[in-house]
Amino acid sequence: MSDKPGGSVRILLRSAVLVAAAVAVPFYLEGFWLQAGLFAMSAAVGAIGINLLTGATGQLSMGHAFFLAAGAYSYVYFASDPGPGLAGLGLPTPVAAVLAVLTAGVAGGVFSPIAGRLKGAYLGIATLALIFLGQHLLFNAGPVTGGYNGRPVPPMELFGFAFADSPALVVAQVPFGALERLWFLGLAALVCAALFARGVLTGRPGRAMNTIRDHEIAAGVMGVPVARYRAGVFVLSSMYGGLAGVLLALVFQRTVPEYFGILLSLDYLAMIVIGGLGSVAGAVIGAVFISLLPQLLTRYSDALPLVAEPGSGGVSPAEAARILYGAAVVVIVLFLPGGLLGLAGRLRPSPNRRIASASTAEKASLRPSPETRN
Amino acid sequence: MTTFLELLANGISVGAVYALIALGFVIIFKATEVVNFAHASLLLAGGFVVARLHSSIGFWAALLLGVAGAAAVGVLIEFLIIRRANVSSHSVLAIVTIGVDIVLTTELTRRIGTEVLALGDPWRDQVVHLGAVGIAQTRVVALAVAAVLITAFLLAFKHTGWGVAMRATAEDPETAALMGVRRGRVSMGAWAVAGALATVAALFLCVFPTPGLDRSTTFAAMKAFPAAILGGLDSTTGALVGGLIIGVTETLMSGYQNDLAFLGRGIGDVAPFLVMIVVLLIRPAGLFGTRELARV
Repeated sequence: MSDKPGGSVRILLRSAVLVAAAVAVPFYLEGFWLQAGLFAMSAAVGAIGINLLTGATGQLSMGHAFFLAAGAYSYVYFASDPGPGLAGLGLPTPVAAVLAVLTAGVAGGVFSPIAGRLKGAYLGIATLALIFLGQHLLFNAGPVTGGYNGRPVPPMELFGFAFADSPALVVAQVPFGALERLWFLGLAALVCAALFARGVLTGRPGRAMNTIRDHEIAAGVMGVPVARYRAGVFVLSSMYGGLAGVLLALVFQRTVPEYFGILLSLDYLAMIVIGGLGSVAGAVIGAVFISLLPQLLTRYSDALPLVAEPGSGGVSPAEAARILYGAAVVVIVLFLPGGLLGLAGRLRPSPNRRIASASTAEKASLRPSPETRN
Repeated sequence: MTTFLELLANGISVGAVYALIALGFVIIFKATEVVNFAHASLLLAGGFVVARLHSSIGFWAALLLGVAGAAAVGVLIEFLIIRRANVSSHSVLAIVTIGVDIVLTTELTRRIGTEVLALGDPWRDQVVHLGAVGIAQTRVVALAVAAVLITAFLLAFKHTGWGVAMRATAEDPETAALMGVRRGRVSMGAWAVAGALATVAALFLCVFPTPGLDRSTTFAAMKAFPAAILGGLDSTTGALVGGLIIGVTETLMSGYQNDLAFLGRGIGDVAPFLVMIVVLLIRPAGLFGTRELARV
């Protein structure tokens, strides 16, 4: 699309507007929405990671929550000072964050003998093991993880600037607490993560990954080292998971083991299916959708039919959200293969339609058709 | 020694129950090439029907209705969703079943809430003594029922027209269709059988010594996934062997967890997955699975 004269200018303009809007948000929204937005950002980073693996390379992973846990907990471990019954290294927080992401990557690398050899749904079930192993570790490795009660998360401190409520800071008459400050950190992390993933997807590795997804043998014949790529993408996606985990820990300010269970992994799969498989924008859209839906339903539960207050015996907002997006996954796979992103592409106004259809035609040719399949 | 024998007997019985679940999973995979991640929720649905109805219509009628109910849910999933899906890759269908699983599990766990539902089985907590070895009656019944069901299924798979049709479809769907096999019926049948087997398994997962059906039953059911995978997804023998391996390891590791304290509490629940990873490292297609060969 950027081939068209003016196309790249428009994209630049559009992203400038988006970034400006995102920067302005903390000055206007209240804490509830900021927190929801931060969850969405962290989810978006994680979803980009799993979309590289599942969407672009066709490797199903149900173990993404494990890598989030790896990131979150190793950040806490590296950054905390040792306390009573708890171990910690007390490293500077930015170093701890980088190490946490690397640790998640190493965890993915340890799994790579399996991740490189298995494919599709087989890998999905094999990665289930990560969830159960992870939960076991989180509950039992008490000195590192804090066991059942979890651990408090030390706030990030970058060049002497703390991402916490104190010391107090007021910008343009808006009190800047932890959420407002973290908003910018999250935004920066998300933008970097998205740009990097875009680079991977549009470049040579991205083509190799798509070829592996579409036709593994063809990929091998054309010289793509299939097993190495699968293992590599698995590691990359687990590093994204680790980064998402660090962000999540910073927002939650406490890590709890139950959170990183199978449900979280399913949430991530639902995100990329609903948003659109295989693209960065799709992952972000899906993450925002899945993270904000329960919050929206909670906020407006009294105004909505069929949704009851939590604890009153009816369908609680969280449950309603789960049922809604479970159904959305089914409907989208059946009727809207491109996800919400594909839907947006279809609904684009007519001047762009020709370009849009051209680009979908180009995309479609990457998918196997009866002719290209042997 | 007595402890070991008791654990072994229990393990085999639990393993037989896992084998029932894994068998259903494998049947669905063979007939439709769909990896059914909604299997745990099928099991929960069957168990839920039994738990809710047994007090009003009696245990056996409730069990029958539960079996029929889960089979019906399976058929509905196949008829309404899997059949309509016109997708290029079966991996995508696996994601569809994840969506189905999210919906079913959320609704069922919501209905169960924080309760622990008894299934009203007639065996209660009696213990059978064979010499010094004491085994819960429920475990003996579980083993016997699972053995009968599995034998019956394997015989039917081998000798009846339905079994031949299903094997033909698994071998080569298009040729089977040209030979007059109704693929729709075959896959619907597979889902129904899987649902029915899952309900029986749900019963034996929730009776003594387990307190009853609650929201964690799905996690117990998920241990059958490693059973199916380590045996080989496309092998019925593999499902049986896998189930037994998983059951025995799990029971032994839970039984001796005081000696395995360095591995942490609750290692038994993780054992199935550890075994699966070890097997997959050595044989990526599982113990009895066919290695996928491709001709270019």
